[in-house]
Amino acid sequence: MLPHGDDEEKWLAEGIAGIQHNAFYMHRALDSNDLKDALRYSVQMLSELRTSLLSPHKYYELYMRAFDELRKMEMFFREETARGTISVIELYELVQHAGNILPRLYLLCTVGSVYIKSKEAPAKDVLKDLVEMCRGIQHPVRGLFLRSYLCQISRDKLPDIGSEYEGDADTVSHAIEFVIQNFTEMNKLWVRMQHQGPTREKDKREKERSQLRDLVGKNLHVLSQIEGVDLDIYKETVLPRVLEQVVNCKDELAQHYLMDCIIQVFPDEYHLQTLETLLGAFPQLQPTVDIKTVLSQLMDRLSIYAASSIEVLPEFLQVEAFSKLSNAIGKVIEAQVDMPVVGAITLYVSLLTFTLRVHPDRLDYVDQVLGACVKKLSGRAKLEDSRATKQIVALLSAPLEKYNDIVTALKLPNYPRVMDHLDNGTNKVMAVVIIQSIMKNTTCISTADKVEALFELIKGLIRDVDETQDDEIDEEDFKEEQNSVARLIHMLHNDDPEEMLKIICTVRKHIILGGPKRLPFTVPPLVFSALKLVRHLQGQDGDVIGEEISATPKKIFQILHQTIEALLSVPSPELALRLYLQCAEAANDCDLEPVAYEFFTQAFILYEEEVADSKAQVTAIHLIIGTLQRMNVFGVENRDTLTHKATGYSAKLLKKPDQCRAVYACSHLFWVDEQDGIKDGERVLLCLKRALRIANAAQQMANVTRGSSGPVVLFIEILNKYLYFFEKGNPQVTSSVLQGLIELIKTEMQTDGSSDPSADAFFASTLRYIQFQKQKGGAMGEKYDPIKI
Amino acid sequence: MVLVLAIGDLHIPHRAPDLPAKFKSMLVPGKIQHILCTGNLCIKEVHDYLKSLSPDLHITRGEYDEDVRYPENKTLSIGQFKLGLCHGHQIVPWGDLDSLAMLQRQLDIDILVTGHTHQFKAYKHEGGVIINPGSATGAYSSITYDVNPSFVLMDIDGLRVVVYVYELIDGEVKVDKIDFKKTATTQSAH
Repeated sequence: MLPHGDDEEKWLAEGIAGIQHNAFYMHRALDSNDLKDALRYSVQMLSELRTSLLSPHKYYELYMRAFDELRKMEMFFREETARGTISVIELYELVQHAGNILPRLYLLCTVGSVYIKSKEAPAKDVLKDLVEMCRGIQHPVRGLFLRSYLCQISRDKLPDIGSEYEGDADTVSHAIEFVIQNFTEMNKLWVRMQHQGPTREKDKREKERSQLRDLVGKNLHVLSQIEGVDLDIYKETVLPRVLEQVVNCKDELAQHYLMDCIIQVFPDEYHLQTLETLLGAFPQLQPTVDIKTVLSQLMDRLSIYAASSIEVLPEFLQVEAFSKLSNAIGKVIEAQVDMPVVGAITLYVSLLTFTLRVHPDRLDYVDQVLGACVKKLSGRAKLEDSRATKQIVALLSAPLEKYNDIVTALKLPNYPRVMDHLDNGTNKVMAVVIIQSIMKNTTCISTADKVEALFELIKGLIRDVDETQDDEIDEEDFKEEQNSVARLIHMLHNDDPEEMLKIICTVRKHIILGGPKRLPFTVPPLVFSALKLVRHLQGQDGDVIGEEISATPKKIFQILHQTIEALLSVPSPELALRLYLQCAEAANDCDLEPVAYEFFTQAFILYEEEVADSKAQVTAIHLIIGTLQRMNVFGVENRDTLTHKATGYSAKLLKKPDQCRAVYACSHLFWVDEQDGIKDGERVLLCLKRALRIANAAQQMANVTRGSSGPVVLFIEILNKYLYFFEKGNPQVTSSVLQGLIELIKTEMQTDGSSDPSADAFFASTLRYIQFQKQKGGAMGEKYDPIKI
Repeated sequence: MVLVLAIGDLHIPHRAPDLPAKFKSMLVPGKIQHILCTGNLCIKEVHDYLKSLSPDLHITRGEYDEDVRYPENKTLSIGQFKLGLCHGHQIVPWGDLDSLAMLQRQLDIDILVTGHTHQFKAYKHEGGVIINPGSATGAYSSITYDVNPSFVLMDIDGLRVVVYVYELIDGEVKVDKIDFKKTATTQSAH
């Protein structure tokens, strides 16, 4: 029955006072060489340690005071026996007359230390005597501290080989025997504490027991320090004896601590060589022992050991470490039916870490670990425990980090199976981890098969995997996800066109299932990937003879057509329009007139039917004009149809200034500044004149509606266009036409009520340009000569 | 010495996964005073990245940009120079220097920074200088074949601007530089 906190303080203080009081008199007696009195006072002092009133924590404080005094006593004993005042054997006898057993035994141990040092008797005999005498104290706390004292004073006096106390041939076994006996007795006392007192105080007792654990563990430290304990002796004697005690004590607290202690204290190469024995103990432990932490510790230590030097690795193979650990874990999981899933997974994570460090080249081992996980997870519903899913993500990330290469992970058949057991949210998280790993390592995935496997793995991102799709996906997160899929598509590549086409088809097959939310993200990268392939094939024009090739630009354009079409379901008409125009240009470069025409048709249809926003129309029409301007594959008829449409739509834009600009842009459709380019001067002029008319109309409208001047700047823009074609040599654009336009603008700007500074600046810089051209001399100077500004 | 980064047509993630690693390691925050981005980033992540390099970021709209609110063109003064920024898909014929010169006259600027063709250009004409920093990621272009990743850094010092072009060719970064001077007496650069 352990007392209350405040009372404890009081009792401790009293105990310490008692020790100090008696110590004082003891020292006085020692100073006057009065052995008898000294002993008497020391006994009284040590009697304070007989208390049952203190918790282990407080008892320790008392003990330390006594310990200090005992050290001084020991010194005195040594001097006395050296001087010859009394022989050590006599002293050893003398102290045994003390009335109470506890003080008697403390003094005996103290003298025993001197006895061993004197070498008047073999160390083993004294030690044997002491360790057995200590049996007299069966009270757990008192016994533990007494034996701890014995351990402390004896550790430098063991009959170890090479020590000054070395005995006969069996010397090491005697040393071992002593330590193990002390250990065994201490463990028994420690375990007994568990059963003392009422059940309601169990937690308190366990806490107090925890405080004492290092006293017991110290013995294992001592064992590990014994020089004479080599691998063989450890294997034959030390480990079996220690494990015997650990298993037989059937105490959860002790077993956990001691197994941990064994692993920490003895060298890793010993563990490797005794792996079977060590692992064999685990199933015999109490079912409530948290084996997984201990096992994980062991595997982590062995992993670090493996990483320490390459010479160590063959040992691992030789002892078949992997299969032993794997089996042990299997047995533990089997035995502990109530172990939660997170516990099992944590074990597998440790085993995987071990495997990746020790046997990174053995993909079969890695897959085996994943397979064991799958087995554990199968038959259950999808995981909901967030700790367990965290562990699985750790499990799946480990091979990625180790190999820096998703391709290796793709070779593990059990990898996707593990992923299948994740809930949708975590599955997506893992998919993003995989993509990030690929991006970080700039891995190139180069075959359609690998792409297929990869897209299977990340299918949670590619499409809605089940009916119950989470509607609460954060929009930002969704965008980020899909953008990472988009980036991924650029990492899928093979220089061989046939294989590349297969890759494109594989990707297409998957992303097409993504639905309207995902297509705007995934279609563009696929389209450009395909266009790059087309360009690649352009260079290889019909060089391949004989074989059936499916990778032709025509074929790819078909695929592109169907792919872009899917965007209409989103609907993303503006994006589709842009992509159609890209394809048209690519078809132009491949000399495929009907294909190019078809793409233009699709673009125009979208413009007509789907692009309603006026601003979007302006951009779209300029893109159409810009693309069309670059087309050289069209015959006259087709070209005429398309340019007619383009100019028509330009004139029908909502705002007059937009109309004007689009129409004069169309002028470039009739003049291509290349050798074989079209140079239809008349139609150019028609466009420019039309633009002028629109500009005029805009002026008038402004006068009427706002009473102000209209956009004079339009005239200046048109003037600049006239200058452009004038310089290019369009015979329809004469210097008098230009002169007329310049005068017109001057007039407009003068009659203006308000002046537009930017228009002024524009006109000024235009005139400057004309001046510059005039001063150039040569052909250009001549051309410009008639113009007066 | 004022450093101005001219960069654009990254087309992330439509046509390219990311900036080349060698460029990324060169573009360090805090060294560049202004960024002129021609457009076609295309996503917010790229915007944020450029913003992290310099707080004074100017972007004009490319036809694939996610954010449609970027302006069609922009003008600003840096030191003695007036600069203008426009993606370039609006100017037909695409990449035509005379047509771009017209825009330059219209905006009344010394330096026009423009993109769209994915091909580096530094062209001096009567009205000033036209600079195309190319595509920073080497993205596919219907206009230019074999695009090398490139960007431009302008060092504006008084009436002089030194244009450094960085191009990634066969895995190595090659630098070239061109000098332009502006005469103080006239309105525009000669």
